[in-house]
Amino acid sequence: MGALYRKELADHLNSPRFILIFCLLIVTSVASFFGAINGIQNLSADNKNFLFLKLFTTGGSAIPSFASFLGFLGPLVGLTLGFDAINRERSQGTLNRLVAQPIYRDAIINGKFLAGATAVAVIVYSIGLFFCGASLLRTGLTFNGEELVRILVFLTFSIVYINFWLGLAIFFSVLSRHAATSALAGIAVWLFFAFFMSLVAKAVADALFPINNLIQAANNMVKNYSCNLVLNRISPYYLFSEAISTILDPSVRSIGIVTSEQLSGAIVGYLPLGQSLLLVWPHLAGLIALMLASFAASYICFMRQEIRA
Amino acid sequence: MTQARTIIETRELTKRYGDIVAVDSLNLSIRQGEVFGLLGPNGAGKTTTTLMLLGLTEPTSGSAYIEGHNCTREPIAVKKLVGYLPDNVGFYGDMTGRENLRFTGQLNGMRGPELEKRIDQLLERVGMTHAADRKAGTYSRGMKQRLGIADVLIKNPSIVIMDEPTLGIDPEGMWELLQIIRELAEQDGRTVLISSHQLYQVQQVCDRVGIFVKGKLIACGGIKDLANQLQAESGYSLELEVVPNDSKLENLLKSMPGVDEVTREGERFLIHSSQDIRGNVTQIAAEHGYSLQYLRHRGGDLDEIYRRYFEKAGEQQHGRESGPRKTGNILQRMGRRKGQ
Repeated sequence: MGALYRKELADHLNSPRFILIFCLLIVTSVASFFGAINGIQNLSADNKNFLFLKLFTTGGSAIPSFASFLGFLGPLVGLTLGFDAINRERSQGTLNRLVAQPIYRDAIINGKFLAGATAVAVIVYSIGLFFCGASLLRTGLTFNGEELVRILVFLTFSIVYINFWLGLAIFFSVLSRHAATSALAGIAVWLFFAFFMSLVAKAVADALFPINNLIQAANNMVKNYSCNLVLNRISPYYLFSEAISTILDPSVRSIGIVTSEQLSGAIVGYLPLGQSLLLVWPHLAGLIALMLASFAASYICFMRQEIRA
Repeated sequence: MTQARTIIETRELTKRYGDIVAVDSLNLSIRQGEVFGLLGPNGAGKTTTTLMLLGLTEPTSGSAYIEGHNCTREPIAVKKLVGYLPDNVGFYGDMTGRENLRFTGQLNGMRGPELEKRIDQLLERVGMTHAADRKAGTYSRGMKQRLGIADVLIKNPSIVIMDEPTLGIDPEGMWELLQIIRELAEQDGRTVLISSHQLYQVQQVCDRVGIFVKGKLIACGGIKDLANQLQAESGYSLELEVVPNDSKLENLLKSMPGVDEVTREGERFLIHSSQDIRGNVTQIAAEHGYSLQYLRHRGGDLDEIYRRYFEKAGEQQHGRESGPRKTGNILQRMGRRKGQ
């Protein structure tokens, strides 16, 4: 499997599409960096704690922040690296040559996924550290240990999140014979989760727990909101956004519903790192589960599939 | 000849896809060091059989053994022994031929200068040294096929399985390919299993052939044995052309002892008989003032054997459905095909 992994990784790193997606991410991170610098100047004076982290989450007037860019474009990275993993081998006739070698069949798909995951890690860490470096140079802001750890946790979350899309892309590449079909299927899922899942969640929540008048509002407000939230959290995109906004912003104290009784007597302050992590622990578990599920689906499909030309 | 050891053996090997039986109770044994041709039309189950031998497809029932290893349960042990050249062999287009071979070598656990030396030797052997450092994406079909053979030989297999190796290769390339196949068996002592529907080419290199129709092995043996077996079963066929070409001879021929049927195929007569009547025919023709233009005993070459067996297999199939057909029908059909 070592040989396979090395070959796949070399393929990724040398491929034009890897370079293309890397450049795309560099360009967007530069854009979001300047957006963040503009946005951060407008912050009020009492909001100057954890400024370095704010560079990641603050957007300019028209430009989204680095974190939301990564949430939105991350899937594209995963899909690009994985959409033709298996069906390209099939179409160029190398798959049956490969499986005739004395290796276990799962070594092929394991090698592909691990090589893709490594490429993802290379992309994400280098873009993240590039963004840090640019911030240090341009703004002169420095980060303390906690901020650094938060940034690394954020990048690790991104890797897990993107690897989910990588697994999904490999799954489609096992299922469909043509690379174009699997690419389109992957893009369809991506757009659905990025744009339409929130609309669907809202429509379902409104249909189940309508809020058309005051009485309904009194009865259904909480239910409606939780239903909406639960449905949204099915989407890895939402899960990821929620998790990183908690990680990168220590002032986020809770996700979900907080009643005013719960808030009374609370002291306004920042959450320590451990508490922030505790808050998004289920998100991390969910993302890892999604990633493993997408990989497991492609693994099972691939192992059961007939190897025929 | 001390090479009678059986190296590949299948027992009642069967594969079904839904209702379709791709391979039907196949019993095959292939001896070490021989070139065995698995012949049959497209869709006869040849590729399915080779995939089952490699453990890439699970048989519905029955079993296959290579060197005592069960192909389904010990695929890794089998794949160490067997080199497989699939039809439409492909290579990574963005890697050079040499890199492709190196990758295969690494998958077989080979490393370093030893591997490089082997790659050089094999490239030399298949005549690809000049193109070794070009991207495999630029290769022609024949070059891919040759690189495929080098790729199969990297792991030094004792058995080589080739699926349609002669497909889409020009005559000169074909000759070289067959030469290499022969070498594999004679010089290296490897066992070679070729599956193909191209008879003439395969006929030249095979020690034994198995004829495979609709998942069943309907005949197996040396080419001469098959011819003799067929003649014993279904009699002799003689093609005859004489000048002048009139119908008087037809009646004369029909009255000869042992002749079952005489039909016309264009300029030629086709004489179906239960014994070898070549001597008598020339004698009669000479006696009646005919000069002999053409006389050929049908059934000696693989093409003929192959076709006759197909007819037999088709006959059995039809026999089950609509009762036996007349022999004349078969002969007419055979004649029509010959004319094509």
